[in-house]
Formats: sequence, C-alpha cells, structure tokens
Amino acid sequence: MLEDLHENKVKDLEKKAELARELVIKTLLEAGSGHSAGPLGMADIFTAFYFHILKHDPKNPAWEDRDRLVLSNGHICPIRYVSMAQAGYFPIEELKTLRKINSRLQGHPHRTALPGVETTSGPLGEGLGQAIGIALAAKLDKKSYYTYVITGDGELDEGNIWESVMFAGKNKINNLIMIVDRNNIQIDGFTEDVMPLEPLKDKFESFGWHTIEVDGHNIREFVDAVSQAHAIFEKPTVIIAHTIPGMGVDFMEKDFHWHGKPPNKEEAKKALDELRTLKGQILSEHK
Amino acid sequence: MLNPNLKLNPKLFGPDVEVMPTRAGFGTGLLHLGEVNPNVVALSADLTESTQANKFAEKFPERFFETGVAEQNMAAVAAGLAESGKIAFISSYATFSPGKNWETLRTTAVYNQANVKIAGHHSGIMTGPDGATHQATEDIAITRCWPKMHVYVPCDAIEAKKATIASADIGTPVYLRYTRDKTPIITTEETPFKAGKIQTFWITEQPKVTIFATGYMLYNALLAAKELEEERLPVLVINMATIKPIDEEGVLEATRISQAVVTVEDHQVEGGMGSAIAELLAKTTPLPIEFIGLQNTFAESGKPAELIEKYGMGVKDIKAAVKRVMRRK
Repeated sequence: MLEDLHENKVKDLEKKAELARELVIKTLLEAGSGHSAGPLGMADIFTAFYFHILKHDPKNPAWEDRDRLVLSNGHICPIRYVSMAQAGYFPIEELKTLRKINSRLQGHPHRTALPGVETTSGPLGEGLGQAIGIALAAKLDKKSYYTYVITGDGELDEGNIWESVMFAGKNKINNLIMIVDRNNIQIDGFTEDVMPLEPLKDKFESFGWHTIEVDGHNIREFVDAVSQAHAIFEKPTVIIAHTIPGMGVDFMEKDFHWHGKPPNKEEAKKALDELRTLKGQILSEHK
Repeated sequence: MLNPNLKLNPKLFGPDVEVMPTRAGFGTGLLHLGEVNPNVVALSADLTESTQANKFAEKFPERFFETGVAEQNMAAVAAGLAESGKIAFISSYATFSPGKNWETLRTTAVYNQANVKIAGHHSGIMTGPDGATHQATEDIAITRCWPKMHVYVPCDAIEAKKATIASADIGTPVYLRYTRDKTPIITTEETPFKAGKIQTFWITEQPKVTIFATGYMLYNALLAAKELEEERLPVLVINMATIKPIDEEGVLEATRISQAVVTVEDHQVEGGMGSAIAELLAKTTPLPIEFIGLQNTFAESGKPAELIEKYGMGVKDIKAAVKRVMRRK
C-alpha cells in the first residue's frame, strides 16, 4: 500500500521535479552530449517514484526487499541519475561526471558501474523481459517487492517488446507494472508517422494486460494509477503516461502549439533538433 | 597411445563403442543441478524436448519457463532472473541462441555479468539433414569474443554432463555447445574434468605435431593419431573442452616439443577454436598451423558422415593436415 498523498506532499514533489529538470539541464550542458527531451518529460514520474512510490534505501541499494525500477529506454538516464542523486544514492556533485571517462555515470546506464541501477540498458526492448525475470524471481522467492519498468513509446517498435508482452500476459505477472512514456516522438519524427502505435491501449489489452492512461505530468494522477495497479491481481498492468517531451524548457512548454496541436513536420524537426541540442548547447547523439 | 591416466573408454576404438548425443549430457546435467541447487532455473523457446531440457521441466515445473519461439525474450527474462540471484539456463538451437538473440545476450547477460548459462544445441554440420540454416557454425566465434566469457565444448555426452554441472559454479555467463547426432563415448564417469584446463588424450614421447580438437571431432582426431602412430608419425591429441578462458600454460606445454599444430573443429575456421590457439601462439611462440573446419562456406543437407567427408573434416583430412604442417616446420 502506498502512503496517502497529501496536498503538501504533492507540492513538495512538484518542487523536487522542477529542481530535477534544472539538474538535468545543468548535467547535460556539462556532459556536452546526450538526450534532453525524454529526461525532461519524465521528471515528474521519476520524482514520484524516488520520493513516494518506491520502497528503497539509498544507503543500501542492494537491499533484497527493495522495489525494482528497471529503465528500459536507457538513453533517458540523466533523469534517473538526477533522481538518484537527489534521493541520496550519490552526491549531486557527481552528476558532473556523466559521460566522462572513469565515471560511474555511463552514457547509457550500466548495472555493475553504479549501485542502484537495476539493469544495463540502452539497446531498446530489453528492459521488459528483464523486469519479467525479476518479477518471476520475486514469486519464486515469495518476496513482496514490485518490479516497475519504464519504456519509451518509440521503443515499442521493437519486436522483442511484444515477445515480452505476450509472455507477461500469458503468465499473469501481476507484480509487474510497466510505464510507457507516451511522448509521441522518436528519432526520425512522430511515432505515428514513423511507425504507428495506436490503438496502443487495445494492443496491450488484447495480450491480457490491464491498462491505465494518465497525464504523466500530474503526480497525483500517476500515483493513483500505481495504487490501482497494485490492486490488480490477475494481470500485469501498463500505465500509458502521456508526457510532453522537453517539459520545462520554456520555448517548448510555454508555446501553446506544443500542448494544443502537433507541430508540422518542419516545426517538429526544428523543435526536436532544438530540444535534443538544448538550443545548440550540446551535441545531438543522432547527428 | 591413449592417456592411461584419464581412464578413457576402453571400447573407444572398437566396433561396439557406445554412441550418444552430447545434448543428452545437458539434459542429465541440468536435471542433476535442479536436484542439488534450488536456485537453478531453466527456460526454453519451444524446443524443450529437442534440447533435452524436458527432464528438468518435468521434475521442476515451477522453475521452468516456456517462452514460446522468442529467443530474445528468453535471454532477457533469464537475465532478470539471474540479476535476482538465480542461475538461469537457457536452451535453444545455437543459430537462434546465441545467434538470433546475440545483442540481447551481450547487453543483458554478458555486459551485465548476470549469471546466465547459454546452452547452444544443434552445433556444427553434424546437425545434418536440417541444412545450413540449422547448423550453427559461428557460435564459438560470436561468444568467445565477449569479455570474461567462458566457452565449453564437451567431446561426448559424459563430458557434456560434467561441463553442464561445472558451469553452475561459474558466477558469470557460460556458453555451452552441444550436438544433435549420436557421437562416440570417449570418456568415462571416472575421467577427471576440470573446466579451464586442457587434457592430452593421446600421448607420445617425441610428438612431431600437436592436434587440438574440440567437441565430438576429438574422436576423428584420435582415430587419425592411431593411424599416424602406425605410420611412425607420433602426435599429441589435446581435448579443448574449454576454449575460453584458454589454458595458456597447457597449450604452450603441449606444443613445446612438436613445434607444429593442427586444429580440428566442426565450426568455421575463422574465429573458432583454431583461431584462439593461433592468437595465443602468435603472441608467444609462432608456429605453423593447419586448420580443419569449415573453410569460408556454409554446408548443406546430408548425413553427418557424408558432410564430414565432403567438407574436409574426416580422419584422412586430419592426417593430410598433419603431413602438410610437418613440411612447413
């Protein structure tokens, strides 16, 4: 059971998420390369995880009863690192080492480099299968921890994701909760142009999953969805979290264009390029 | 002569030598592990009986996971189980695992250092009539290039059981290579087995050539050695049951007197066991080497014995290679 989320706690989490966004931008500027849009878009959800949802101990990352948070789309790791630093896994100062030599903060996260990173990830489509294995181990060992796995939406193009979706549905893995960062973008453009995913909810339901759709920037809504998922005993649950890529970067967030309608192809290209490079301040990984 | 210290099969050169597929050794080894270690789990991708994982599956259904025809998911789920303290054995045909799911294994098992054992079946042209699609002939190359990997290729079903059991004692990923068809039983239960160490199966005092053989091809190498002895051409035959980590000291000692090498494997010669020997010798004591194996080609359907002859991996080919390498000394 998750703790009650009081209004003051929500406000506190929102503040932490704002600080997380600032830290993501500072960290990426220092690193000089990396991904911006995804980490900014997922700041609220990571904050909710590390400061309300997860049963964890930053001073004992290997605690065997901890909840597991598997990050499948490893390229958004800056937000994971930031949240971990905020939670006390390592000093905030260490964020400056991201992507640099001799750092524990690899460009894509590596399990044996940094305690608290559950799996090595980056190559897409592999986190869900691993999360299933971790959840199965909990059942074998009669442990009550939850396994959460975050994936991108473009990542769902990978065939191996659907191998895993089938497996989890068949085996009714109810201690597994998947969160899809539904931000509608991927490297070559909008997901529905590159490779349509809709109707996404129906796809999961047809494989035997319970589905919930939420606003990924509404912390209360997200926490409620996780509580609901805990109450589903006969199925795995996927929370499709609608997020705005680059949330918090003013040129994107504060322009109604990005809320109200999708940009056209040229605007999208320009916007994505600006986002990926933080307006030209860092190198895009995909150039 | 056969090394008397190794207590090898006394019927080895007889017409009534027992035959059994090495995959049978995987099945009994995995079952044994299930009995002695509650942390051992197994996964299969719709090939449970063929890979002989069925014995484990029947006895320990709660620790067995069927993934359907989905080798990538099988690899990732196994890695997740291993990250949570399990020893996860995955089995399929080697062309699919570690073939089709190579990158998943690279990231989730190997780079992660998760305790996953990859059992690759239907290796080599010995797979026979199924054809080249199902004959794994690159699996040693694509696994031994992984950092810190262990690669075991047992020579018969008895050694296969021992290698399977030994792999559970390694805390990191191991690749185990098995064959489909029945092959002669070379060793006995009493034959000592130590992962990471090579063994001289055919000994002689003043060897002219050292033959390194891996897997069931060891039998052909031993037949060649016997015939060569009758022709007064003494050789050593080494069983390369562990290809990685390579037994550097053992290989150097085995070549100290002969100063010439023939390698024998049912695998592409590029990147396989022979390449591993060549890499080691090139940086220590460069020697002439002849490589028996597939020479820059896929094979085809046929009976295993026919394929072995056609693709130049038979006893006469090994003998010819020994004579060729002698001339290059």
